[in-house]
Amino acid sequence: MKDTPLSNCERDFLLKAIEEKKRLDGRQTYDYRKIKISFGTDYGCCFVDLGQTRVMAQVSCELVAPKENRPNEGIMFFNIELSPMASPGFEQGRQSELSVKLNRQLERCLRNSKCIDTESLCVVSGEKVWQIRVDVHTLNNDGNLMDAASIAAITALCHFRRPDVSTQGQEVTVYSPEERDPIPLSIYHMPISVSFAFFQQGTYLLVDPCEREERVMDGLLVIAMNKHREICSIQSSGGIMLLKEQVMRCSKIAGVKVSEITELISEALLNDRKARKAGGKCGFAESMPQERITALKKDETPVEMTDVTETANGIIQKGEAAPQTVPSPVVPVPGVGQVGQGLQNSWGLEDDDEDNYEEEKNDNSGDEQVEEVTKMDVGEGDVVEISDSEEEEVVILNPEVPEKLKNTGSKSHQKGAAASKKRQKK
Amino acid sequence: MFSTVRERVGEVLLPGDEFSFEAEEKISLTAPVKSEKVVCGPGLRRCGDRLVVFKSGVLRHKEPNVFWIDSQQRRYVPAKGESIIGIVIAKSGDVFKVDFGGSEQASLSYLAFEGATKRNRPNVQVGDLVFAQFLIANKDMEPELVCIDSSGRANGMGVFGAGGLLFRVSLGLVRRLLAPHSDIRSDLEQLFPCELVVGMNGRIWVKSATVQQTLIIANLLQSAETMTAQQRQQLFRKVQQGAF
Repeated sequence: MKDTPLSNCERDFLLKAIEEKKRLDGRQTYDYRKIKISFGTDYGCCFVDLGQTRVMAQVSCELVAPKENRPNEGIMFFNIELSPMASPGFEQGRQSELSVKLNRQLERCLRNSKCIDTESLCVVSGEKVWQIRVDVHTLNNDGNLMDAASIAAITALCHFRRPDVSTQGQEVTVYSPEERDPIPLSIYHMPISVSFAFFQQGTYLLVDPCEREERVMDGLLVIAMNKHREICSIQSSGGIMLLKEQVMRCSKIAGVKVSEITELISEALLNDRKARKAGGKCGFAESMPQERITALKKDETPVEMTDVTETANGIIQKGEAAPQTVPSPVVPVPGVGQVGQGLQNSWGLEDDDEDNYEEEKNDNSGDEQVEEVTKMDVGEGDVVEISDSEEEEVVILNPEVPEKLKNTGSKSHQKGAAASKKRQKK
Repeated sequence: MFSTVRERVGEVLLPGDEFSFEAEEKISLTAPVKSEKVVCGPGLRRCGDRLVVFKSGVLRHKEPNVFWIDSQQRRYVPAKGESIIGIVIAKSGDVFKVDFGGSEQASLSYLAFEGATKRNRPNVQVGDLVFAQFLIANKDMEPELVCIDSSGRANGMGVFGAGGLLFRVSLGLVRRLLAPHSDIRSDLEQLFPCELVVGMNGRIWVKSATVQQTLIIANLLQSAETMTAQQRQQLFRKVQQGAF
């Protein structure tokens, strides 16, 4: 899809406003938009909001063989995805010019600056090293994706914890998070990029351009710096001529902004660590603000309630009582298959099957199947004893057992039968 | 059925709710039977002998028999007779291609302006804004715009002059602004003099004396979307006192 075109009137107005030092949202020339950083439940996942621009970064790791010319160093891989969610002009899968530019800039900012100690990622020299992969997804484009992506990437890297490993000679044991606490990456410094947009052939400059401003700008200067005022990368695009004093001024401004942003990131990481230690709930659900639209709000909403009691009574009467105990399991003879056996063709029974399917769809793993099933049974008003053990034997379902009981029976069986039923449905 | 629909005016309805034409009311044999006509507006559709709701929102009514659902959305679907603000994207032969925020581009013939003839072409460049209304707008054909009404007069439509700011709002706000006795409009009138063009596709063009005032009005309208009347009046009053 194509982006909405920019009309002449908007362009003229924006340029005129910039000449009068006015921005669309009322910011000053050197002001950043409001930055909000939130973390997910997994280590290494973070969302960054820069005004309306929204990106998500996810860090993951994997043990791989190292590159031939660098047997002692781990591998870092960066990827920025411009998703069609962000803007109608972005197409899925197509490498547009902007995407190439952003990827290149992020690599220069993070890889060439050597902010991560890659030698600490080596496990067995020449054979196994950690490959750290940073994926940045753009969720909404309101300008200045580069800055948002760089903040998200470095924050996610600081937040990430990789599994602990130990080596005995050539053998490598990777410990799961339950066995040993995962360890953070060793990060030397946090490079953050700051974007400057130039207008009228370099006469006017704005920090953190929004989408409209980006459309009318003449050129862009991106400076990546860390809080120790070390420049990690400078890139100027758009072909404008910049004076030496302008570049010096921009680097001074960048220094100030980077230290502010670094403080914000450290604070966010600290808050998250405290929340996790205190055992509180952490994750996106907690950090999403309650956004309520209060216009047209009614205090009382009239809802059709006339026949609710009759319908509820009808449902309760129709539902039969589930059995109190699990019917005695039948152990199959070895070699007898259980997939698909013992179940009647249940295509005609739509309600129950749909309920089953809905429940199973929500499962993440077979382990949770048991809990889900318990909830559903309890919901029907009866308590069914289901063993918590995950190692019960798999059973064959008898066709003579009545429909309802059979379905309940099938649910209370273990991973094997339930998973096979899941596979059937899929 | 008219009465059943009437009772639910002002209620929140969800897609799938329906009103059926069942003959529940007793038909009197002696009194004359008046034919009930129900005009369905946006959000209501006739499905066989039922009236089905397909958008979630509040059911509204206008005398004598017009019903529609008031819903919120930002994506514009073209409808015949609605006036919109479009951006001219291309000139191909005798036709301008205009983007109005829909799934397709609309075509606008150069003869569809007041006083335009083959020799006397209108002064429209690529990137200009036009205020036009839909002549053809259905799902089977390419939408077509015109800048004149049925009698050949411009009636306020045509190319925009220079200056001013264009911004986007939701369709609900646009309808509230265009309603006959709109609160928002009357509040806005007390602020400062400005020129306002409201397109039904969610685009608004504002022009005021200074850049600052134009920006203020644009920001006020964008934030008025999610405010109650009281909050909005408070905000407008604050701006009025702060403005000079």
